[in-house]
Amino acid sequence: MEQGLLLSAMLFALGLLGVLVRRNLIMILMSLEVMLNATGLAFVVAGSRWGQADGQIMFLLILALAAAEVGVGLGLALHIFHRFATLDADSINEMQG
Amino acid sequence: MLKLLNWVPLLPFFGFLILTLSSQGFSRLLAPWVGIGSVGISALLVFLIGFEFQHGPMQPYRLVMGSWIAIDGLSIPFGLYLDALSMTMLYVVTGIGLLIHVYSAEFMECDPGYPRFFAYMNLFVSAMLVLVLADNLVLLYLGWEGVGLGSYLLIGFWYEDRDNGYAARKAFVMTRIGDTALALGLLLLYTQLHTFDIQSLMLQAAHQWTPGALIAIVSASLLLGGAVGKSAQLPLQTWLPDAMAGPTPVSALIHAATMVTAGVYLIARTHELFILAPTVQFAVAMIGVVTLLISGCSAIVQTDIKRILAYSTISQIGYMFLALGVGAWSSAIFHLLTHAFFKALLFLAGGAVIFCVHHEHNIFKMGGLRKTMPLTFWSFMIGSAALSALPFTSGFYSKHEILLAAFDNSSVLWAAGCLGAVITGIYSFRLVFVVFFGSQSPVVEKKFGRFMSTPLILLSILALFGGMLHIPLDSVFPAVFYPNHEHPLVSAITVAAPLLGLLIAVLFYLNGTVSAQHLANFKWVEPIRQFLLTGWGIDSLYDSLLVQPFKLIAQHNKNDAIDRPYLGIAWLSRKLHCMASASQTGRVRWYAGSMALGAVVVIAIGLLS
Amino acid sequence: MTLILFYLTSAVAIFATVMMITRLNAVHSLLFLILSLLAVGIIFFLLGAHFAAVLEVIIYAGAIMVLFVFVIMMLNQGHKTIVQERAWLQPGIWLGPSLLALFLFAELLVIIMLGGSADTGQVVNSKQVGIALYGPYLLAVELASLLLLAGLVGAYHFGKPMLKPKKPGSAS
Repeated sequence: MEQGLLLSAMLFALGLLGVLVRRNLIMILMSLEVMLNATGLAFVVAGSRWGQADGQIMFLLILALAAAEVGVGLGLALHIFHRFATLDADSINEMQG
Repeated sequence: MLKLLNWVPLLPFFGFLILTLSSQGFSRLLAPWVGIGSVGISALLVFLIGFEFQHGPMQPYRLVMGSWIAIDGLSIPFGLYLDALSMTMLYVVTGIGLLIHVYSAEFMECDPGYPRFFAYMNLFVSAMLVLVLADNLVLLYLGWEGVGLGSYLLIGFWYEDRDNGYAARKAFVMTRIGDTALALGLLLLYTQLHTFDIQSLMLQAAHQWTPGALIAIVSASLLLGGAVGKSAQLPLQTWLPDAMAGPTPVSALIHAATMVTAGVYLIARTHELFILAPTVQFAVAMIGVVTLLISGCSAIVQTDIKRILAYSTISQIGYMFLALGVGAWSSAIFHLLTHAFFKALLFLAGGAVIFCVHHEHNIFKMGGLRKTMPLTFWSFMIGSAALSALPFTSGFYSKHEILLAAFDNSSVLWAAGCLGAVITGIYSFRLVFVVFFGSQSPVVEKKFGRFMSTPLILLSILALFGGMLHIPLDSVFPAVFYPNHEHPLVSAITVAAPLLGLLIAVLFYLNGTVSAQHLANFKWVEPIRQFLLTGWGIDSLYDSLLVQPFKLIAQHNKNDAIDRPYLGIAWLSRKLHCMASASQTGRVRWYAGSMALGAVVVIAIGLLS
Repeated sequence: MTLILFYLTSAVAIFATVMMITRLNAVHSLLFLILSLLAVGIIFFLLGAHFAAVLEVIIYAGAIMVLFVFVIMMLNQGHKTIVQERAWLQPGIWLGPSLLALFLFAELLVIIMLGGSADTGQVVNSKQVGIALYGPYLLAVELASLLLLAGLVGAYHFGKPMLKPKKPGSAS
């Protein structure tokens, strides 16, 4: 079943690429979702290979995590937009030096 | 009574401890009582001990206070040795020390550092007493260093003025050079003769070494080096004029009567060694003669009242060295005694003048003080007369002995000594006439009381009649036989020389017959005067020869090969800090990228290993 | 048969993801993301993980992406910000991250290849998942619910009146 894992790896790398390249906060968050999804895929593939429910349960937990994270993350993004009037991740760099 | 000898140096030391360790207000109250009291009781003990010693068989008396170092074969006790020589020194140190302490009780009364002053003076007196009573060279060296410390503390007493600190440092560093020579000398003696005890050293040296042996010459020269430093002779004499930055009682005690005579005492104590090295003994005489001429000439042109007295001290100690050099040991000690009397008198009287004219030091700003300060005037007259060795003063007897002994050795030395006597007459009476005669310049407001006048009176009596004291030093020094002792012409010239000096001073400064201004009209006079004023330019010579190159080397050495690694470490940490803080950009994507990079590296390591 | 389907679906997922990270219009990018998620859901079906597939579609593509839609609409991202996005997405910026992602992928590849090959996947139905969930993994369920509670509280807090807009660079 390594093709599934291969796909997972590929999606993960693409998600990472998206996080590093895009400057828009929303785009970064979306790429993060892609990465989370890729890891969930890896777990499900593993569970399917061994015939155990553990893989899907892990996927459920990852899902719950993603949901919570998106809720809070998007709230933060809204606040940042209202404070800085921009969604540029690079210009929000006051904690430097 | 002799058993109480160990209290003589200990009492002033306890006085020092009490004054140092007590709190500010309390010590101010205690200061004169403890300061004067400790030295006073020591002086009383010295008189009682002296009485008992002189009326006994005059055998050297030893007292061991305790053991200092006792390892394997080396034993250095806190041992005290009392003979006629140390007895004389004890009289000088405690007697004159007591009078000066009494004087300072009034002189230093208004000074905020009053208790500190007495503490340091007590420390000094106890160190000096240890020095003169020590029976072994290491304990003597302890006292030697102690008086150096006391001198440093007291010269720089008014430390808020930086120049005083420089003068104190200069004195300390120059005497240090001498101290190093002394330390080398005593260690050399130990390695050769395996003992530190002075009397055993002298005996063994006389047994084992032939006169003129190289080892004797070397060790005697090293001891001479130490003596030269402490006694401010050529080449280490430049610190003494600058040391006048300290309070006047300090100058009187340390730089007239006691510390500067430590060198003379050292040579007298170890005289057998110098007898074994005739070249070195001759060098002692040469140093003495040259120094007395140089400083005498410098004293003629000085304008600061204390500097005149300082150069005069250097000159008089030159006489003592001359006496030691020609083998007139007792005469040297006798001159030490009388010099202590009249020089302390002069300094204290000078201090009285300074005290009353609002701390003005320039003698040409004073004048006509004869009428307003009669006691000081007569003290000065008596002191200067003794200094110039006018007939029948105490100075006359001691200097006369020295010059006659010099004649027996070499007439050149005698002639130089007589010339020195002329010069001494000139400068000492120049001082008296300029300050006390002539038109009155400064307004004298302050009067001084009994505490300052009593020591002046006592010292005047001693300076006048002290010549009659006969010190039984025959038990210490070998008897010397002078064949030409009573040559009448020589004696006459010796007596006349100071009178000639007095005459010249009268002509120039009292009558105005020959005016100093008249001389100044000659163009070649002014450079000579400048040259003499700076002490024959030796200060600037040392500065350009030793100080400037040293500073240059130190400047170059600031970033030398040893410093580079340490500076490099600091530079490296700063660089690393800059690099580390550059990685904190504050940008989220940068952080994410660095995390990804870290993950890649870690996985790679995991895969490859 | 399943293998061919698997490859097809994977190609769709990868294509959709690539498109997602390169679009300038945020809404387009969002839609491509949804497409990618749906493709992964189908892969779950093919693997026999029915429960996971349904979860993926309902919760991930359904709820979480809807949140994204709302925020994008609120912040007027999309057509209006194309110029801004074009300025931010310079060609040169792809080099470093691409290298990094490539290295990571290569390493993961090596790790996967080191393991042995396996048979085709087995079906794990929802009943099995449910029994495991309320059996050994009970604690995990409780923890997940706590996590969601935390998210809820955070979201409520964020719903309060916004901070006043300030100039970038000034202290808050």
